[in-house]
Amino acid sequence: MTVPVEPVAQLPAVVDFPFREQYVWSIIYVSLYVSVTAVALSTLFSLPVAIVMGFTDFPGKQFVKSVINTGMGFPSVVVGLAVLFIVSNQGPLGALNLIFTKEAMIMSQFVLATPPITAIALAAITGVNENVRDAAHVLGGTRLDVALVVLKEARYGIATAVLAGFGRAISEVGSVFIVGGNIVSSDGVSSTRTLTTAIQLEARQGRYDTAMVIGAILLAIVLTVNAIVVRLGDEGAMQ
Amino acid sequence: MSIQRRQFIAAIGGGALAGIAGCSGTDGGGQSEDGAGVAGETLTLTTTTSTYDTGLLGEIHGDFEEMYGVTVDAVAQGTGAALESARNGDSDVVMVHARGLEDEFMRNGYGINRRDLMFNDFVIVGPESDPAGIQGMSSATEALNAIAESESTFISRGDNSGTHTKELNLWEAAGTDPGGDWYQEIGGGMGEALNIANQQGAYTLSDRGTFISQRSEIDLVILVQGPIEDGPEILANPYGVMAVNPGVHENANYDLAMAYIGWITSPGAQDAISNYTMNGEQLFFPEAVSENPDFQQYVPEGWSSDSSE
Repeated sequence: MTVPVEPVAQLPAVVDFPFREQYVWSIIYVSLYVSVTAVALSTLFSLPVAIVMGFTDFPGKQFVKSVINTGMGFPSVVVGLAVLFIVSNQGPLGALNLIFTKEAMIMSQFVLATPPITAIALAAITGVNENVRDAAHVLGGTRLDVALVVLKEARYGIATAVLAGFGRAISEVGSVFIVGGNIVSSDGVSSTRTLTTAIQLEARQGRYDTAMVIGAILLAIVLTVNAIVVRLGDEGAMQ
Repeated sequence: MSIQRRQFIAAIGGGALAGIAGCSGTDGGGQSEDGAGVAGETLTLTTTTSTYDTGLLGEIHGDFEEMYGVTVDAVAQGTGAALESARNGDSDVVMVHARGLEDEFMRNGYGINRRDLMFNDFVIVGPESDPAGIQGMSSATEALNAIAESESTFISRGDNSGTHTKELNLWEAAGTDPGGDWYQEIGGGMGEALNIANQQGAYTLSDRGTFISQRSEIDLVILVQGPIEDGPEILANPYGVMAVNPGVHENANYDLAMAYIGWITSPGAQDAISNYTMNGEQLFFPEAVSENPDFQQYVPEGWSSDSSE
């Protein structure tokens, strides 16, 4: 469990610290675990909402839309603060002991990712050409068939929605810092430290070179995930 | 701190054993019946950035975790926020450096069993050019007044941390109410303050540990020494450790908190603290082990039993 004491205590151990493989992998893992889980939960919640809103009319629909659009602009630190109040020992979920855990971070990322996913998926669904709907109707499709056709057409836009949510979640620093606590255990494994909070920690200590390395890792992850999803979307569109 | 969940799992696993022993199992409040019961639990420690950023806690916590089979989640927040987290019951033990705030915390009943832990000192750092001419001054308050009079840029933490609290106390002792363009509050950690002071050629108050750990990155120099290098006593920086009162927050893992306090004030951990060096310099000086223990440290300074709040 313990980190072997380095014989050369002259150099600050922290300088090479972030380059310990285990440490880097663990913060990458925490970042991805939190963001992917939150985005998956957001998608499970957002897509049905977007579908219902895309295919039905109901009183107050415009109001719901404007609430979702407002949610896209939620400042992440405010969301972090709100989640802190909820999960803090004094809060309504205090008994669950969620403060300074990945679960609390997932909660705040869920709140942040849900509005953009819902809004962009809804735009994709309502943006499908009316002709497609009409054609499906004319060909004798039921409402379900029409919906499925529309969803298939909107697939690319829905992928974009999920990506937007993921981008917001993984690049977010304010709320995960507040509710997660930026914890690394003494064996150098991240508990609640993400790539973004690691960058913030390095930057505030003036270790800009280390911060930039972690920043490059974060950028690479975002680019890779985008490339994969866009690729999937392209293949889907070509079929 | 998923204490309850882990305890729940541990309780199922150890249910039979507990039954034989005639125990009623854990009460869900983070308390277990004996020392062995803490294994697998997590201790949440909220602390100030200086103990964390210097790498001290990462260096010594491994021994504690191994000894008890537990995990320590150390959250570095700054003294004010660390105490606030503890006040809300979000941590089990708190390690900070602002005696006034600690006393208030104790007096209000949130903390128990405060122990003096270690000390180091504050230093006034600034650019080598030293525009206010404070180098070698033996009085911290005179130095601050010289900075104020020359309106040299001074970076204040402005974050309700232990260092910020000390700085405000120093200004008060100097009889100066700092303000104006030259006095900049950054609302950030010590590392951040040193960085900004470095970039602006400004003065700031730093704990010696953070300054040493960051010295290779910055051009600032120590202009007024603290008591470790025979500077004024007013720059002393004592650290205390306190358990969160389980009578106030029944979720607080009191057993583990006391195990931690017992361990960190033990001769072994105190040796480890004094052996922790950076750039060849000792950062913290243990003071828990004493030939003449001061039992008054367990209660707030100036405490009397009828001063109820």
